[in-house]
Amino acid sequence: MSKKHADRWRRWLRIRGMSQVLTVTAGLIVLCIIFGIMSPNFFSGRNIGNLLRQIAPIILIGIGQSYVLITGNIDLSIGSVVGMSCMLSATLMTRGVPSVAASAAALLASMLVGLLNGSLVARCKLPPFIATLGTMTIARGIAQIVNNNYNTDAIGDHAQGFRDLFYYGNTLGIYNTVWIALILFLILNFILRKTPIGQYIYAVGSNISAAGLSGVDTKFTVIIVYLVSSLCAGIVGLVTCAISGMGTMDAGNMYEMYAVAASVIGGVSTLGGQGLLFGTVIGAAIWGVLQNGLQFAGAPVAIRNIVIGAIVIVSVLLDVVIRSGSFRFWKAKGQNN
Amino acid sequence: MGDYIVEMEHITKSFSGVRVLKDVSFRLRAGEVLALLGENGAGKSTLMKIMSGVYTRDSGTYRLFGKEQGNLTPKAAQGMGIEIIHQELNMCGHLTVAENIFLGREKKKGWLLDKSGMNAEAGRILQKLGLDIDPAAVVGDLPVSRQQLVEIAKAVSSNAKIIIMDEPTSALTDKEIEDLFRIIRQLRSEGCGIVYISHRLDELQHIVDRVTVMRDGEYITSMDFKDVKMDELIRHMVGREVKEQFPRVRCSRGKKIFEVQNLKSGKAVKNVSFVLYEGEVLGIAGLMGAGRTETTRAIFGADPLESGAVFLDGKQLSIRSPLDAIRSGIVLIPEDRKKDGLCVNLSVEDNLALTNMDQLCTRAGVLSEKKKKNLVDVAIQNLKVKLAGRGVDAGTLSGGNQQKIVIGKWLARASRVIIFDEPTRGIDVAAKVEIYNLINQLKQQEIMTYATEFEEKDQKNGGKK
Repeated sequence: MSKKHADRWRRWLRIRGMSQVLTVTAGLIVLCIIFGIMSPNFFSGRNIGNLLRQIAPIILIGIGQSYVLITGNIDLSIGSVVGMSCMLSATLMTRGVPSVAASAAALLASMLVGLLNGSLVARCKLPPFIATLGTMTIARGIAQIVNNNYNTDAIGDHAQGFRDLFYYGNTLGIYNTVWIALILFLILNFILRKTPIGQYIYAVGSNISAAGLSGVDTKFTVIIVYLVSSLCAGIVGLVTCAISGMGTMDAGNMYEMYAVAASVIGGVSTLGGQGLLFGTVIGAAIWGVLQNGLQFAGAPVAIRNIVIGAIVIVSVLLDVVIRSGSFRFWKAKGQNN
Repeated sequence: MGDYIVEMEHITKSFSGVRVLKDVSFRLRAGEVLALLGENGAGKSTLMKIMSGVYTRDSGTYRLFGKEQGNLTPKAAQGMGIEIIHQELNMCGHLTVAENIFLGREKKKGWLLDKSGMNAEAGRILQKLGLDIDPAAVVGDLPVSRQQLVEIAKAVSSNAKIIIMDEPTSALTDKEIEDLFRIIRQLRSEGCGIVYISHRLDELQHIVDRVTVMRDGEYITSMDFKDVKMDELIRHMVGREVKEQFPRVRCSRGKKIFEVQNLKSGKAVKNVSFVLYEGEVLGIAGLMGAGRTETTRAIFGADPLESGAVFLDGKQLSIRSPLDAIRSGIVLIPEDRKKDGLCVNLSVEDNLALTNMDQLCTRAGVLSEKKKKNLVDVAIQNLKVKLAGRGVDAGTLSGGNQQKIVIGKWLARASRVIIFDEPTRGIDVAAKVEIYNLINQLKQQEIMTYATEFEEKDQKNGGKK
């Protein structure tokens, strides 16, 4: 390989965490092989289809969270927004509102939470951890209040189209949930990589004052990422409503953590400025494969949780070790952090 | 030399009742390099921020290219061709050189980013400036000095007519300073007006056409550089005679106390050895990137020491963390005050107390307010810092006072070796002398210090690298 070629290759690896994306992709392949050997049914067409459908909601909330993380912020409210969107759409549908209108209302409400998050962080300068911790509690409260603190009844037969669209139906042999995740991934990835606003999202996370001094509207950028995050959560809320055919008040519980886990496993830096949505997809897939594979292997839920928690820590630890070249944590950080 | 492109007259500005600019006038011609000089707090930055639209003036007139200006916004000022290169690096480390150069004014193809177009254009700009930097490289991977040049390329690329450079050389190596001066001359010949702010007076002769001096928020004088005498210039800046820029106290050299043998740490520090004697200041010379800072960090335990030995009073030390070093009597006054030296959001008092908690606690391990007050009293007196109050945030002080506080943190400890890493970086002439005096005092108290500072030629007793 010529030197110029090698340089280009090396530079490609440096772009926004590409190297970690490749590492976790390799990890995912290894995991699949292990589970494939352990249980032959793992690779059956039926299981792969189910697995993808299981992963799709995690991909959705994961890429939303990644948008926020890349700007150096965090969104803890998305789990509650999932619950709110689920309860809101189900309640409306049980009261005879057409499913299209009910879905639109739920998504609109979700984005209002995103707007509030973004405004609190960007305009009022609240620490994102605190601001979204507050809206997390508020959104969960709304999820509980819309049907007077009860889960809803079944959304009924006239909503079968809704349930097929978001979960049970398939197009060209692939479940619709997977299509939704794929399309959103393609759109959001395109925006992040090819448009000015995507550039600004990285710039804000990398150095917000430099971005501001260069004429980037940093407040607008931060508000946009929170809107994207809550929109993704709102869609997942509709998916959970479609799955169970009713509204459950604790839907989406802990999803904010799954979203952070998928992002971080996939190489998105919680310090901002770094990460690729493709990595988040792989991170979500690792999450799903572990859940599914361990289930096949007969491991109880508790063990699955412990394993996934450990994977999050190990994957970030690996990244820290690779980057610093040693285990000394008080060592000076690289210039780019 | 061209017409006046900036004419500011009778500018005043107050912040919460405190006047920072009093009736200041300032003029800049097209095609000249003007040095704006003054101590920290003289109002240079405030004036430049008014010029570039960051602040609005309280009164006075401001003509830009002959046209009267109301209150400008930063964006409008940029639109009229004013660019500032800030003292602190303002780059997005994760983005590429080209992405940084075009940040905020991306080239587009329809809705999309024109990445290849931006890379090509950035390549042309860098080439025109004679800089061998790859536009597709990630900025965070470049050395800090190269990043600064990218920042300059960024300002130049927007066809600026007026460029304000605030301490542009503070992070550059000699080679890059040459590059910078070449670029400045090139811009001047193209008719740019350049305002050059620097504390390094020895640089001025290479590029400056005219100087304007400010002091305590007032305009003092302007003159052509060829008529300037250095002593006179310093007197204008400080307001009184500064007899010795580099005061020096001779001490007799005592016994050997500190020795470093074959130090190795990371990529930058290899085979470093030196010996220190009582009552001497040892200078470590070297260009930026030569490993001076890394050496100090390794000795202090802030970076892992891969091999080599450190001896104090003949005994070998095992230093694995800064705490080990401090316990042995070795302290470090780091290069970057704001990042490594101070907790900028804590008060002066708390900063001074932080390193001395062991001495400030009662036997039961409770912090004694009385002991703390005593310690702070003594420190403030020794350091000769003027403070609005001991409770003010350390980050709000001027650079010189901040540096004194960083030094003061360590004075209450009976340290044996004090390492100064660029102790006078970005500090004005008068404060520099005071810091040198502090170092001299320490030297006389038979504490050994060693400083890494390039400018301080006078203090250098020897350097090894």
